[in-house]
Amino acid sequence: MRPDPALARDQDLDSPRRDQDLAVPNGGAMAEHKAEMAREPKVRVEGLSVFYGGVQALKSVDLPVHANEILGITGPSGSGKTTLLRMVNRLNDRVRACRHEGRVYLDGREIYDPQEDVILLRRRVGMVFALPTPLPKSIFENVVYAPRIAGMRDRRKLEERAERALRGAILWDEVKDRLDDSALALSGGQQQRLCIARTLAQEPEVVMLDEPCSGLDPISTLKIEQALDSLKATYTIVLVSHNVQQAARATDRTAFLLMGELVEWRPTAEMFTNPRDPRTADFLEGRFG
Amino acid sequence: MKTKEWLIEKTLLLMALSAVAMLALIAIFVFIEGTPIMAREGLGHFLLGRKWAPTKGSFGIFPMIVGSVWVTIGALVIAGPLGLACAVFLVEIAPRKVADIVRPAIQLLAGIPSVVYGFVGIVVLVPLIREHLGGPGLSVLAASIILGVMVLPTVISISQDALEAVPRTYKEGALALGCTHWQAITRVILPAARPGITVAIVLGLGRAIGETMAVIMVVGNAVKVPAGLLDPARTLTSNIALEMAYAGGDHREALFATGVVLFMFIMLLNSLAALRFGRRRPSP
Repeated sequence: MRPDPALARDQDLDSPRRDQDLAVPNGGAMAEHKAEMAREPKVRVEGLSVFYGGVQALKSVDLPVHANEILGITGPSGSGKTTLLRMVNRLNDRVRACRHEGRVYLDGREIYDPQEDVILLRRRVGMVFALPTPLPKSIFENVVYAPRIAGMRDRRKLEERAERALRGAILWDEVKDRLDDSALALSGGQQQRLCIARTLAQEPEVVMLDEPCSGLDPISTLKIEQALDSLKATYTIVLVSHNVQQAARATDRTAFLLMGELVEWRPTAEMFTNPRDPRTADFLEGRFG
Repeated sequence: MKTKEWLIEKTLLLMALSAVAMLALIAIFVFIEGTPIMAREGLGHFLLGRKWAPTKGSFGIFPMIVGSVWVTIGALVIAGPLGLACAVFLVEIAPRKVADIVRPAIQLLAGIPSVVYGFVGIVVLVPLIREHLGGPGLSVLAASIILGVMVLPTVISISQDALEAVPRTYKEGALALGCTHWQAITRVILPAARPGITVAIVLGLGRAIGETMAVIMVVGNAVKVPAGLLDPARTLTSNIALEMAYAGGDHREALFATGVVLFMFIMLLNSLAALRFGRRRPSP
């Protein structure tokens, strides 16, 4: 069993080697941390505005993400969903024209603080992209990519890590006999689950998925949703989807973005049965988007 | 209307064909002029013979082949790493303002006439080598350095294209997995751009092997197999340029035959480059 990643949090902040810290279970502090987590969301976005050149992609968004929930972010294309994710792991840092106002906190610490280590942040906040992005390497090498660059050398540890990650992404049974085959030989759905496994293998605390099912058939989509459901015990999950049905099926809470504005965010069941804002109702009922 | 379209299409076709025809004519002419002496002397004798005394009937171009190969490899040892590093810097690291200055500067480098390179080489580089490293100064090393600088723009601009063609998703995927920027460059971007970088280097080779003027000025032109970097040598191109003015009969044919060998070298390199281009995976 893998300990709750949030437990290792305090040690993480001081330690450059997270994977070692995570191996130490600490059951005693569980209750205390649970209580604390109820107060402080895992990720908190505060007054976040983002501009690409002169275009404003996000308009003062406030959004908490709680530990061990699946938060769905939905909205029509171009509403800023992807931008929001890319701000949380600072992937927009190198986009030249991108500029932001407001704050993003991970466990109460401002991630854009100049003192924060962006590499460490990205190891804690994993991201799966819309299109599967396997690297032109073997399945095994794809999965252990993150631990390897973090300096893990021990073959047995790497194999353990790979198996755990592949099981987490519900891909293990399909690939266990051909780990050395090229990842590019997998089907689209398998490649996407491989990308999820690759993100899990870095043992992040937050997993963000950007339209992970946009190019997939219904069966692959179902498998990914199953995987997510079993993963939320361990991780905090943010699922971006413009597919309303998916947001309804797979998430605990849903946030609705429209043209860079966060219209509302509420428990998914409530949002779908009784949306407060007329724009939400219009979108959910398919009147636009 | 229809005849007009037809006319335009055919005219353009004719113009396009004329370029190909030009190439074909030159190739045919060079081969017709050059191959008889290769046949007469024997191909092995011609290519591997070490004695080049055309006025006395000895036609061995082996020293020139070796000279060309040495100088070209030397140029590449210099231009390869330097060019690749520069391309990586420009594409991945340089702030836009710096890149905006460096890019045109590199293009300018490509615009300097080769005789100017040769002149700088003979005035600055050759004495420097003679005084500090020994030998006559006019040497394989001097030619390699000058050629290296000359092919730098080719290597840089084509590597740059290759690096820019790497799908952005590869890089962002790597960064999202916690790679540092440098790790993303060395482990993801460079391997993905490798076919294009190979093309850059092969085309650089092609340019280096064909360069004549600057090489003549700094390489020494002695007809012997160079024993080291500081020895003078003669390349295939300089062999033709130096002797064509007074060559007649067999001698003239032998120079054309040198051209044939050069032609083969360059064709080989270009088809190698084309092969690598063909194998490049389409970006998703």
